[in-house]
Amino acid sequence: MVGEDLEIKEKIKILFERIGNKRENLIPILQQIQEEFGYLPPDTMLEVARFLNIPEIDVYSVATFYNQFRLTPPGKHSVRVCMGTACHVKGGHITLAAWQRRLKIESGETTPDREFDLDTVACVGCCAMAPVTVVDKKVEAKADPTRVDGILLQFQLQKEKEDKVNN
Amino acid sequence: MKESAQPAGTFIFDEIRKRAESHWENLWNDQKPVVLVGTATCGRAAGALDVLQAVKEVVKNRNIECGIFEVGCLGHCYAEPLVIIRKPGYPSICYGHVTPVLAENLVTNLILNDDPSLEFVLGAFEGNDLIPSFSDFPRAQYEKRIILRNCGRINPDEIEHSIAQGGYQSLVKALRMKPEEIVEEIKRSKLRGLGGAGFPAGEKWEVCRQSQGEPKYLICNGDEGDPGAFMDRAILESDPHSVIEGMIIAGYAIGARQGYIYVRAEYPLAVQKVQNAIRQAAEFKLSGENVLGSDFSFDITLFQGSGAFVCGEATAMIASIEGKPGIPRHRPPRLATKGLFGKPTVLNNVKTLAYVPRIVKNGAEWFSQMGTEKSKGTAVFALAGKVVNTGLVEVPMGTTLRQLLFQVGGGITKGKRFKAVQIGGPSGGCLPEEALDIPIDFDSLQERGAMMGSGGMVVLDEDDCMVEVARYFLDFTQKESCGKCTLCRLGTKQMLDILEDITKGRGKMEDLETLEELAEDIKIGSLCGLGRTAPNPVLTTLKYFRDEYEAHIKEKRCPALMCQSLMAYYIIPEKCARGCDACVGTCTVEAISTDKKRRIKVIDQEKCVKCNTCMVACPPQYNAVVKLSPPDRLPKPK
Repeated sequence: MVGEDLEIKEKIKILFERIGNKRENLIPILQQIQEEFGYLPPDTMLEVARFLNIPEIDVYSVATFYNQFRLTPPGKHSVRVCMGTACHVKGGHITLAAWQRRLKIESGETTPDREFDLDTVACVGCCAMAPVTVVDKKVEAKADPTRVDGILLQFQLQKEKEDKVNN
Repeated sequence: MKESAQPAGTFIFDEIRKRAESHWENLWNDQKPVVLVGTATCGRAAGALDVLQAVKEVVKNRNIECGIFEVGCLGHCYAEPLVIIRKPGYPSICYGHVTPVLAENLVTNLILNDDPSLEFVLGAFEGNDLIPSFSDFPRAQYEKRIILRNCGRINPDEIEHSIAQGGYQSLVKALRMKPEEIVEEIKRSKLRGLGGAGFPAGEKWEVCRQSQGEPKYLICNGDEGDPGAFMDRAILESDPHSVIEGMIIAGYAIGARQGYIYVRAEYPLAVQKVQNAIRQAAEFKLSGENVLGSDFSFDITLFQGSGAFVCGEATAMIASIEGKPGIPRHRPPRLATKGLFGKPTVLNNVKTLAYVPRIVKNGAEWFSQMGTEKSKGTAVFALAGKVVNTGLVEVPMGTTLRQLLFQVGGGITKGKRFKAVQIGGPSGGCLPEEALDIPIDFDSLQERGAMMGSGGMVVLDEDDCMVEVARYFLDFTQKESCGKCTLCRLGTKQMLDILEDITKGRGKMEDLETLEELAEDIKIGSLCGLGRTAPNPVLTTLKYFRDEYEAHIKEKRCPALMCQSLMAYYIIPEKCARGCDACVGTCTVEAISTDKKRRIKVIDQEKCVKCNTCMVACPPQYNAVVKLSPPDRLPKPK
């Protein structure tokens, strides 16, 4: 863990050098930290507060106000089920239920093997393709429960292939 | 306008324009074929990147000499992925529903074998004798593409494409005018804010221009948080330069030095396109220090929204840019006098700013002759839900909802019956069949309890439960409420609990009155638009679809068969084909099995999760799977 902590420190130091320490840079800084680590490690938030010279609670309040930020490590693959209106009337909630059933986790959680994390997103603006799920930044159109199984099968096959190569 | 010496900037821009035009000529001349692939987000969702790859490969492998480039969204999202091929001697032909294999064939057929593959054609760009052009479509007589004119026709990553189509010429013209003249022109045009509220843009500009305090700021609102809306995304992805140009002109008019463009992080492709456009505009000296050699300077910064719906509200957006949680504040003071960092600020929507260059170019009269008495110009809508032609449409204000949904949108999918159209997202309302003949403009919609909103339109058919739709929106606003005002924070929660009870069959008749009372209280007791409009979906559905609420409460029945607690799936034994196993194979929870004695399929109601998969899987000639509500209508097993 110590090595990991040091690495995090190094990385955000470089980031800080690139961005100025103006208060209004708080959100862009947090966005870049999340881009780098996939979430906001608690220590980095303390560092940010020190860097911007603002109370720690201000950083925490921004990090928890906006839906984009997550405070726990993500899974290897991210699954974001769109909950927009068009997706809803075409069965977005059914798709979400299918993901929850298959991954055996609730929305906002990560699978115990850290392969997948599941969350919802308000609307990705692909309403014409509803219902959609964003899997690892790729928008999957018409993602009904059968498609969910198909996507998971793809990942499983890919993993088996990788395991074979590694062994 | 001054007639004196050559105004600053003209010379530089003429050079740029000549270069851009010859660049465009090179691509789009009649010597060499060109292939365009639509790769906006909806195209990508449908597989456009694979299609693009296939086109590139076939062109390389077969040594075809042709240009290939990516374009944005044409608005025909229902037919994505789209490929457009132009070959000398033919019109530009647009093909729909293209797969990688089909793309290879289309390219080789047309370019090498002169076969236009008519069976896959969607339409042609130009009028011709061979193929119906888009302007021959019945929907064309209702459409008027002004903001969307370049979308899907140019490469959004290349500023020169935009310039060759007339981009940034209005900026040159604007720089020759006095800022006050531009403000006056926008005021005379009666352009109203296209983000939904419809506030006159010119008036905002004027107040900001005259306000004390330096520096002034301009903000472009691209935080399209309404679920069901994607107009701003499509414009930013397909023609970002029209928005950037509008921002620079607006900045000049109000006297701002710095502009922000606020784009949702949920739109990664739009973020990327805008970033690129900002960089290119600066490279071409169209922004930054001394724009086109004039003494006006203007910088544009991209700010990524972090997924909070309330940030679409102007004061919340400002808090967000300042690095704080997006919590709205009281107005007045108006933003035009005290906005970002306490300085005079103008905040306009993407579409409003995209209109600015057109108005500067063509004049206020040109703009104000379109539309209705009080709402001028055109409106862009995102059609989604149960409508045939999902996608983007632009129509003059005053077009009726019926024309928009049935002529332009092509009516309801699968021959179902229209039930309602949801306009304006969580702030809007659901309008029924009898409201379809009202003209679309800011005021008529508001009178009916809906609102223009940013332009999302979700069409609902007989299979959609209006109580569930109202519950859905309340769930959304309840989660997105920032929590500042008590009635918005707690009132929406209370309403949501009641709606959940009703959709689960636990509602009481007096709940309907409580809902109406709460709705009025929340409207009065909330500071910002989110709270003040949050009850609209409930109020409009109660007004137009009260019978559905009553069916849920009195009979525990969901008339649309949508509320999961109030319905069940059933396989009609007489219709079930003995040998077919489609439903058994697709059931996601293995809830369907074969009854050995009768050799028919039976659903285990305990296991069934109501995912609708069996209903989709059952072949249409049998149509044996049905939904029943209330669930106690299920025949008892013998």
